[in-house]
Amino acid sequence: MPAVQETVERVKRIDVDQYRYGFETLIESDKAPKGLSEETVKFISAKKNEPAWMLQWRLEAYRRWLTMTEPTWARVDYPKIDFQDLYYYSAPKPKKTVTSLDEIDPEILKTYEKLGIPLREVAMLEGVEPKPGEEDPNRRKIAVDAVFDSVSVATTFKAELKKAGVIFMPISEAIREHPELVQKYLGSVVPTSDNFYATLNSAVFSDGSFVYVPPGVRCPMELSTYFRINERNTGQFERTLIIADKGSYVSYLEGCTAPQRDENQLHAAVVELVAHDDAEIKYSTVQNWYPGNSEGKGGIYNFVTKRGDCRGNNSKISWTQVETGSAITWKYPSCILRGDNSRGEFYSIAISNGFQQVDSGTKMIHLGKNTTSRIISKGIAAGKSQNTYRGLVTAHRKATGARNFTACDSLLIGDKCGAHTVPYIEAKNSSATFEHEATTSKISEDVLFYCIQRGLSQEEAVGLVVNGFVKDVLQQLPMEFAVEAQKLISISLEGSVG
Amino acid sequence: MPLLEVKDLKVRVEEREILHGLTLTVNEGEVHAIMGPNGSGKSTLSHVIAGKPGYEVTDGQILFRGEDLLEMSPDERAAKGVFLAFQYPVEIPGVATMTFLRTALNAQRKARGESEYSTPDFLKKVREVSKSLNIPQDMLKRGVNVGFSGGEKKRNEVLQMALFEPSLCILDEMDSGLDIDALRIAADGVNALRSPKRAMVVITHYQRLLNYIVPDVVHVMSKGRVVKSGGKDLALELEASGYAQFEDAA
Repeated sequence: MPAVQETVERVKRIDVDQYRYGFETLIESDKAPKGLSEETVKFISAKKNEPAWMLQWRLEAYRRWLTMTEPTWARVDYPKIDFQDLYYYSAPKPKKTVTSLDEIDPEILKTYEKLGIPLREVAMLEGVEPKPGEEDPNRRKIAVDAVFDSVSVATTFKAELKKAGVIFMPISEAIREHPELVQKYLGSVVPTSDNFYATLNSAVFSDGSFVYVPPGVRCPMELSTYFRINERNTGQFERTLIIADKGSYVSYLEGCTAPQRDENQLHAAVVELVAHDDAEIKYSTVQNWYPGNSEGKGGIYNFVTKRGDCRGNNSKISWTQVETGSAITWKYPSCILRGDNSRGEFYSIAISNGFQQVDSGTKMIHLGKNTTSRIISKGIAAGKSQNTYRGLVTAHRKATGARNFTACDSLLIGDKCGAHTVPYIEAKNSSATFEHEATTSKISEDVLFYCIQRGLSQEEAVGLVVNGFVKDVLQQLPMEFAVEAQKLISISLEGSVG
Repeated sequence: MPLLEVKDLKVRVEEREILHGLTLTVNEGEVHAIMGPNGSGKSTLSHVIAGKPGYEVTDGQILFRGEDLLEMSPDERAAKGVFLAFQYPVEIPGVATMTFLRTALNAQRKARGESEYSTPDFLKKVREVSKSLNIPQDMLKRGVNVGFSGGEKKRNEVLQMALFEPSLCILDEMDSGLDIDALRIAADGVNALRSPKRAMVVITHYQRLLNYIVPDVVHVMSKGRVVKSGGKDLALELEASGYAQFEDAA
């Protein structure tokens, strides 16, 4: 049987159910009543002990949301979501207020252990310094904020970050402890009226991470948030807000998984980034939500709004994403290039297998003078999946000297999948230079045979070719993440890989 | 026992029979040349020995050290020591040549139950071999065959042959697309690999290559069969008189 044919056969046979993170954690949880109403919004706000202004902000968003309709322009297909049939808040039932890892439900700690998130080993909670000699100097530290369903369960390395002046905490805490910062920036990049899902998020978001890096500070370690949806029928609506003040730098990583379930779960997050003069934010995501089973049943609906504002001159925001999970992905991490000489980057690997549907890309909005942006997108479609790149590059009338380079490459494995590229380009001044390149290719029979003749198995050969295809993007990830991402790529193509 | 025995091999591609009962015996240490006009089935033979998908063997046998080669997957054949130098080596963007060489070599060693090469040992070995083939180090950092000239691609094939140390090398039209200097470098590389433990099957249209890689045995193929075998002089004879005389014999 020809090699590609064999690959296609194997894709047919596999269960995408090989998803490794599909276990459920049995813990007691505290939930809001099912459905969405002003009462739900008030319930969430009360649970979080929020100040009145925050509740007001949420309620305004909720009222706005009632007037909006779901967007349908994306190349994805799914039954209508019944927003009254969801839980909007779920928290592991606390025995008391949690102040250290020992007080966290051991079941949750076990969950993170299974997921390979080292909350306990790397992560010394506040004030607990490692004993001399115990710390491995070669190990780069990563501060982790773990979000379980609707709440943040642990944030590590807080003390050390505090010394550098960096604030890294759950956004629910930041609302209480740093209201002036939150009020100033929340909704300033993604307004509450932005789009259906962002508005919904504004009304009901329950937790997420908050980062503030003060002027001139280079954040001493990678910051990371790990999201886990556990509860049945629960939407996860996290909100992340990252502010890099003048001349500062921060690198932030985000990972996500969920149990296997027959029903679909909704994930509608909002991420806002603000970079002031000369500041740089690097935001990396490895998204591995449950993609649904081999018949396309279950899986996460990932409807996410991510946007960065290069507010200051010479600022830079860079998005890197490795998307392998979710039944449906609707996601366009974008950059508003407001400051002069600011720079936006988008590096993406989107892999779809089984019945997954991906509609993802970016928007680069050039407003300032001499702004530059770069888009490198690698889409890989296998099985019966559909993979669409959708991107917008615009230059405002005043954005003289704007430059963009876009390269979209798609790779098809088998003949039941589809790859689509939908670029929108608008230049409102004549000095803008926009370049767009796009390619679509199939893994060729000859390339596979060449590798196999040299001793590689079919599976190793496809893995090698795919990793070569995505190399430009993998190089953008922080090292620890790159290794994880490389493994993830092989796992998500398992079956298509043989 | 011969290294390679092809017995009365019949092969079809999409309902059309290409090889009509081909027989060939190659012993260790021998260099065989297979010559013949376009469409005589030379490349088909090399592909079937290596196990390329898309060919249907309807009759006959291929034995490798007495084992049934047709029962083995292509990667198993590679691990057993069957190497095919491609007429048109493929490009693999994003995969550094060095990474490719190491992945392949270790895959073969693993399949044979041998230990994998450590990075320093591997690097040392590659440097030695690439130096002798006049392959610059920066070529090894580039994607496999990406942007390589015709000569570089063929030298890369010879480099792999030297690294993997196969016992049977099949060279499919190695001279195609090479100028005379590039041909000489590649041929020198091949000659350096001649050994009493290794056999080579050199497939070519032209006698020219055989001035550089001098064969022990020359076979003439026509219409899916070997129609004449002889010593190296047979190649010269062909050069003078052409293939036409054999068309009738087949």
